[in-house]
Amino acid sequence: MSESYDVIIIGGGPAGLSAAYSAWENGAKKILVIERDRELGGILQQCIHNGFGLHHFKEELTGPGYAHRCMELIKDKPEIETLIDTMVLEITQDKTVVAVNPKKGLLELHAKTIILTMGCRERTRGAIRIPGERPAGVFTAGAAQRMVNMEGYLPGKKAVILGSGDIGLIMARRMSLEGCKVEAVLEICSFSNGLTRNIVQCLEDYDIPLYLSHTIVKIHGSERVTGVTVAKVDERMQPLPGTEFDIECDTVLLSVGLIPENELSRGLDLKMEPLTSGPVVDQRRETSKPGIFAAGNVVHVHDLVDFVSEEAEIAGKFAALTAQGMLEGELKHVEVTTGDGIRTCVPQRLSLPEEGETLRLFMRVGAPEQKVRLEVTSGDTLIVSKLLPFAKPSEMIALNLPAEKTKLISGDLKVALKREA
Amino acid sequence: MNCLREADVVVVGGGIMGTAVLRELSKYDLKSILVEKEPDLAMGTTKANSAILHAGFDAPNGSMKARMNVRGNTLYHILEDQLDLDIKWTGSLVVATSEEELATLRELLERGRKNGVGGLQILSAEEVLAKEPNLTKTVTGALWAPSAGVCWPFAAALSFARSAVQNGAEIFTDCRVEGIVVADGKVTGVKTSKGLIKTGLVINAAGLYADEVAKMAGDESFSIHPRKGEYILFDKTVADKMVNGIVFPTPNKTTKGVLVCTTTHGNTFIGPNAEDIEDKDDRAVTITGMDRIIASAKKLLPEIPLGAAITEFCGLRAASDSGDFIIGKSRVAGLLHAAGMQSPGLTAAPAVAEELARLVRELLPMVHLKKGFQSILPKKTVFHRLSRVKQAAAVQKNKLYGRVICRCETITEAEIVAAINESCGARTVDGVKRRTRAGMGRCQGGFCGPRVTQILARELGIPVTEVLKERADSHMFYEKEPAAGEEA
Repeated sequence: MSESYDVIIIGGGPAGLSAAYSAWENGAKKILVIERDRELGGILQQCIHNGFGLHHFKEELTGPGYAHRCMELIKDKPEIETLIDTMVLEITQDKTVVAVNPKKGLLELHAKTIILTMGCRERTRGAIRIPGERPAGVFTAGAAQRMVNMEGYLPGKKAVILGSGDIGLIMARRMSLEGCKVEAVLEICSFSNGLTRNIVQCLEDYDIPLYLSHTIVKIHGSERVTGVTVAKVDERMQPLPGTEFDIECDTVLLSVGLIPENELSRGLDLKMEPLTSGPVVDQRRETSKPGIFAAGNVVHVHDLVDFVSEEAEIAGKFAALTAQGMLEGELKHVEVTTGDGIRTCVPQRLSLPEEGETLRLFMRVGAPEQKVRLEVTSGDTLIVSKLLPFAKPSEMIALNLPAEKTKLISGDLKVALKREA
Repeated sequence: MNCLREADVVVVGGGIMGTAVLRELSKYDLKSILVEKEPDLAMGTTKANSAILHAGFDAPNGSMKARMNVRGNTLYHILEDQLDLDIKWTGSLVVATSEEELATLRELLERGRKNGVGGLQILSAEEVLAKEPNLTKTVTGALWAPSAGVCWPFAAALSFARSAVQNGAEIFTDCRVEGIVVADGKVTGVKTSKGLIKTGLVINAAGLYADEVAKMAGDESFSIHPRKGEYILFDKTVADKMVNGIVFPTPNKTTKGVLVCTTTHGNTFIGPNAEDIEDKDDRAVTITGMDRIIASAKKLLPEIPLGAAITEFCGLRAASDSGDFIIGKSRVAGLLHAAGMQSPGLTAAPAVAEELARLVRELLPMVHLKKGFQSILPKKTVFHRLSRVKQAAAVQKNKLYGRVICRCETITEAEIVAAINESCGARTVDGVKRRTRAGMGRCQGGFCGPRVTQILARELGIPVTEVLKERADSHMFYEKEPAAGEEA
């Protein structure tokens, strides 16, 4: 293998593979994808349920099916190399990637541009400070999913799941199908963050009770989990004394949030955004450091892999063009700020050419909303406005800004909700 | 009962105290055996404490605690290199936030000087904030003790144990003491779950259970009470928002208080509280306990990045009813105690070990220093601490250094395999964690836990479903059962 590349992509999940394909389409001649796991595809390989790909591939696929499609796209292309079972230890300021692999040893690779696609990891018990003992049998939902779907072992026989996001719901069904009795799914919020179809298909179809506004206040068991104490919470999410009850179980699965995995980004000293926990990027997915791009869950956690691929294709394209020196010309830089009701927006910056550039904004609301107007303004100019019949924090909102509109942007962009009077 | 072994000395308990004694005894031509009831060493108080090597200014002048603390601290400075101990000599601060507290610091300074602690100094508020800029601006001064440090307690216990084994001592884990045989007022043996060990000398280093072990020999002279201390540990990424070294509040009469400390691996922790409890097996972290340590720590460090917490744990101190260490001969001949080893027990352990070895020599005058005692333990390879050139060489020699299993801490498969196959090797997932740090990072084993389980199964030649997290019934995974209607 070579030591110098046009584009090096860190992470071979859906973001990395989509970025690689897009970089190839856009003329990059030497592309390398580095993956730490024993195969490409990332977390999709353990998501054996369906529901992936409706937007991107226009058909419904399983996780491994989606991963396979991405792999097919990069297959047999001499311009794209892949390295699996390889861990990146460091990325230096001059875009040298230090990685290690059992077969090839320590590698020092140089890149004209780098795309960060490391994905995200799960929030743990410690991060949310669940009290009690520390027995075996407390798993993050993803770790349990890998064990049951890929390695062929059952994490437990009687489970309580904390968190009703989609991963928690999917795992409730999966564990039930594998012969584990799921006693309850608990959700600290007063609403589920999962898709409605998942609540029906994963809980109701299996008679699994969902307790909203409830959480675990104690884990029992000195060796293996023997049960949990559950309590109702108030509107500030504090447990209400007197509402406690016990559930006997041998397993606790946690589905309590995902965190972009940005250790390598921190080493590069990229500007980070506290609310997304990812690097600040512009609409081309370039970070605060020229030539370093980022896409997918490492930037902000997505609910649909289709959007991950879309974002990664943008990063792949502009990384390839940058590597080929094809992006000349003055750009106008503006910030994207969030106002009322909007919690996060990616990109956080725009780098616009004189003639404008077609782009999409990806946003999340802070709380569930109904019949609100999403407004994008630049100074006093209304750039785009869209009525949202519903908005949920768990469902990312995508908004198109065509080039003729972005041409109008004069100063910082603001996205906010406007409630009908 | 079958006779398992005959020995000159049997050490009961495989924590920092027992292992330090075993290593000290391994310098002599003695047959020494250590027995530990758990599947691994260092599973009691040693695995969950503040990890601090105290300077020695806290204990009253002339007390056993004071003497052992100062001597122990000196010994760690020597042992550090010999046993490849992971120690950061950060120095410690005891911070005052009022005039009254400053007065207490001056008392501590005086007490420390009399205890023989070197380098003690009262720092001004400016000097304190220069060392620890994130501390409360209400600080009025601090006692600076340059000889304090922070260590890695279970790795230290394992190093003591491995050094002892290297020098001929023997260790049995999963070996519970069920009785001590006493004839004519003298110890003649130890009954264990693995059989009888004939011996004339028993050293009781059983931590929380030292009173129960003493009772088995008919010595009811003391009792041990568990005192719970809870901790919150933070991700390395926020260490720069917290502290560089060890920061104590000004102590009160019962406790040194909730401290803030950055460990030898760069994670900051806050804790412990001090809760007297009844149950020696109660290792549950509580809401009230966590609230209390957060509130106390905020007095030192106003901004605590709670969102970056990675784990909470609790340890039980083995507090004696007298409050001091119980070191020395029991009224039952042949029984020696190293009990009540609460803080600064970790620091004192090597000094207490010397003291007990001296008593053993008094009782066994024919015993001499062994020829060929190896004081040095071979150094372990810690991949992420090697230079790039050495990393490349390591992978070339053993390709498993090229496979990173724990992503958060960059721990390779080669290190995990070595931790399983070395003497006193890991048998459990937590055992691997204690030896290598795989699973100690921000994802808390989410990624590497299943992989470590599979490596353990492979190396130990057992099914994945038999791999334990920690204690006897702590299985990680089960076989899948065929669903109803499916062919088996």
